[in-house]
Amino acid sequence: MNMKNEAGSKDVPAAVREDSDIVQILDAEGDVLPQASVPDISDRQLLELYETIKLARHFDQRAISFQRQGRLATYAPMTGQEGSQVATSLALAEQDWLFPTYREHAAKYAHGMDLASLFEPLRGHREGYAIPEGVNVMPEYIPIATQVPQAMGMAWGHKLQGKTDTAVLCHLGDGATSEGDFHEGLNFAGVFDVPAVFVCNNNQWAISVPRERQTASETIAEKAQAYGIDGVRVDGLDPLAVYKVASEALEKARNPGPGELRPTLIESVQYRFGAHTTADDPSVYRDESEEEVWRDRDPVDRIETYLYNEGILDSDLESEIQDRIEQEVSEAIETAEQTETSPDNIVEHVYEDVPARLEQQRDELNRLREKYDDGAFSEVLE
Amino acid sequence: MSSTASTQTGQKAQSLTLVEAIQDGLYTEMAQDDSVVVLGEDVGKNGGVFRATDQLYEEFGEDRVIDTPLAEAGIVGASIGLAQTGMKPVPEMQFMGFMYPAFDQIVSHAARLRSRSQGQYSVPMVIRAPYGGGIRAPEHHSESKEAFFVHEPGLKVVSPSTPYDAKGLLAASIHDPDPVIFLEPKLIYRAFREDVPTKPYEVSLSEAAVRRDGSDISVYTWGAMTRPALIAAENLSQSHGIDTEVIDLRTLSPLDTETITDSFKKTGRAAIVHEAPKTGGLGAEIATTIQEEALVHQEAPIKRIAGFDAPMPLHSLEDYYLPQAVRIQDGIRETVEF
Ligand SMILES: Cc1ncc(C[n+]2csc(CCOP(=O)(O)OP(=O)(O)O)c2C)c(N)n1
Ligand SMILES: [Mg+2]
Repeated sequence: MNMKNEAGSKDVPAAVREDSDIVQILDAEGDVLPQASVPDISDRQLLELYETIKLARHFDQRAISFQRQGRLATYAPMTGQEGSQVATSLALAEQDWLFPTYREHAAKYAHGMDLASLFEPLRGHREGYAIPEGVNVMPEYIPIATQVPQAMGMAWGHKLQGKTDTAVLCHLGDGATSEGDFHEGLNFAGVFDVPAVFVCNNNQWAISVPRERQTASETIAEKAQAYGIDGVRVDGLDPLAVYKVASEALEKARNPGPGELRPTLIESVQYRFGAHTTADDPSVYRDESEEEVWRDRDPVDRIETYLYNEGILDSDLESEIQDRIEQEVSEAIETAEQTETSPDNIVEHVYEDVPARLEQQRDELNRLREKYDDGAFSEVLE
Repeated sequence: MSSTASTQTGQKAQSLTLVEAIQDGLYTEMAQDDSVVVLGEDVGKNGGVFRATDQLYEEFGEDRVIDTPLAEAGIVGASIGLAQTGMKPVPEMQFMGFMYPAFDQIVSHAARLRSRSQGQYSVPMVIRAPYGGGIRAPEHHSESKEAFFVHEPGLKVVSPSTPYDAKGLLAASIHDPDPVIFLEPKLIYRAFREDVPTKPYEVSLSEAAVRRDGSDISVYTWGAMTRPALIAAENLSQSHGIDTEVIDLRTLSPLDTETITDSFKKTGRAAIVHEAPKTGGLGAEIATTIQEEALVHQEAPIKRIAGFDAPMPLHSLEDYYLPQAVRIQDGIRETVEF
């Protein structure tokens, strides 16, 4: 399963160097590596993968510029990580479940969330956390690593009910591997042998803390050994390799071979091209030259080159796709900008029924809103 | 009782924001005591996500300003261990909403190692955490859970509302022989500046501050809510001639019950303002303390102006959730006009 990278190229980041044990299909340019076997994906699926990755890149750029204009609050960019996000989601079957973090915007979209709902929470509206019926995505997880035992539990529930054709895919960061919840979730996953795939998006940084400071282990994938489950490292900037690894792990989760355990920990080796969030300034703690070597391996360029090489994409189709995604993102922004949340929402959905006490609190707020006008509430507290 | 007036003593001072005063406080303590160490997520090279530990890494080096793995139970548990060796750890929790993984370490151990060891061991440690809402932060970044920690015997809980107090309370917390939860109102991290002495000083952990003298009603509050309470008091003084006393508790555990009841005995009316949910909040404790100590002076029901019994909403609604000056004014009038 291990594909080797170009020997000795000194511009290749150590984490994805040929002597490391990592699955790759495309080289840094997007040409297929000599011994690589390209997964069996139809041209239509390849174009879907490409278009969704392009859309994710465009979404990211618009979101960052919107944040700068004050139209969005803090946003966690995903540039460089879209390829892995989209490839893992496209490897899912419709019935599979996705546990995203605050950074997996594209993963959510690629598993059925509409784009406008991704913008809404960033504009302060909880509406976007209401997942539509039939879309198997959990609201994003912000407290680090808390999703890991929960994803395990959902996969366990499916297994206990004989529904092992439903797999659960759980995202987490490299920083998340330091939390107790990561250990507990993976340990349970191994002990109860549940149909779950854990994807660690190792983007080399947890805000300002580099991967080497997070763990003394050489790789994150090797932590899987301690739980008795498989650990796989994949070039996370190579969408084809990620698709292959994720598909195989999901297949094993549903139908393990003799002696195989269902769960897999995938270490998707990536790089956070941008800031941690729009509130962060990476120049304080990392060297720009580090970013450059990773930018040479941009997932968008690699998949694009591959599709051109294969004759699946040409410049006409490329610009048609570009127009389409720009329109889709613009429409999503327009929709999201129309969302308004009534202050009544504060007391709703805390319990199935609003308790009397909370209703009193809502009535009191509404009394005040009538007595004074709404402007009185938006005066800056400071 | 002390107040900010004590800055006017002619000593060398700098005009600092609250977060700068915290940075200055850490700097001052670390410079005079080698055993003080800062540890946490992004506190070193990055200087903290709010810059509260800015320049400390450059000044004191990586053995005293320590970027840790992302693990709050690890950070606090390790700090308890460090404290057993004579060091004085000042761990940072990046946001109050991310303290929960450390909860077991805090309540089962930091809070009670002294009693478990019958006074043999103790945990001199200050856990710093930004808390509270109002900065348009994402979900889980705006929590005010001070009541969790006030409920735990063995912990002290502190929350400054001015730059001067921030430095002085931090110093007193670091010098304190017991564990202190030091809650920093991030809404006012950069809201205003104040003269802060460059030399070391303490603000006592056992005294509330009377921020405004008044005779009609006592308003009890702390942290970021002190400002809207003062604004409400000023507005009502002008518009309705209501004379409001504003008490900033500063230390939430142990409470300065003397200042609380003395004020109430004078005014006979009370409103408590906190941004945490109303039910089970510290307001209930203060109201009951007043009833126990000064019932005969009471002239009106005690009013609580607090957050909803609901999770903090996302930012489009946070202005409705938090007690604004308008809500505080309305509550004061209702109580005074009872
Ligand atoms: C329990 C907890 N502690 C701290 C934080 C603050 N925080 C948010 S993101 C982050 C770094 C996460 O790094 P990583 O897991 O590598 O994910 P990435 O952001 O790189 O995708 C931290 C410390 C949090 N959200 N939750
Ligand atoms: Mg990371």
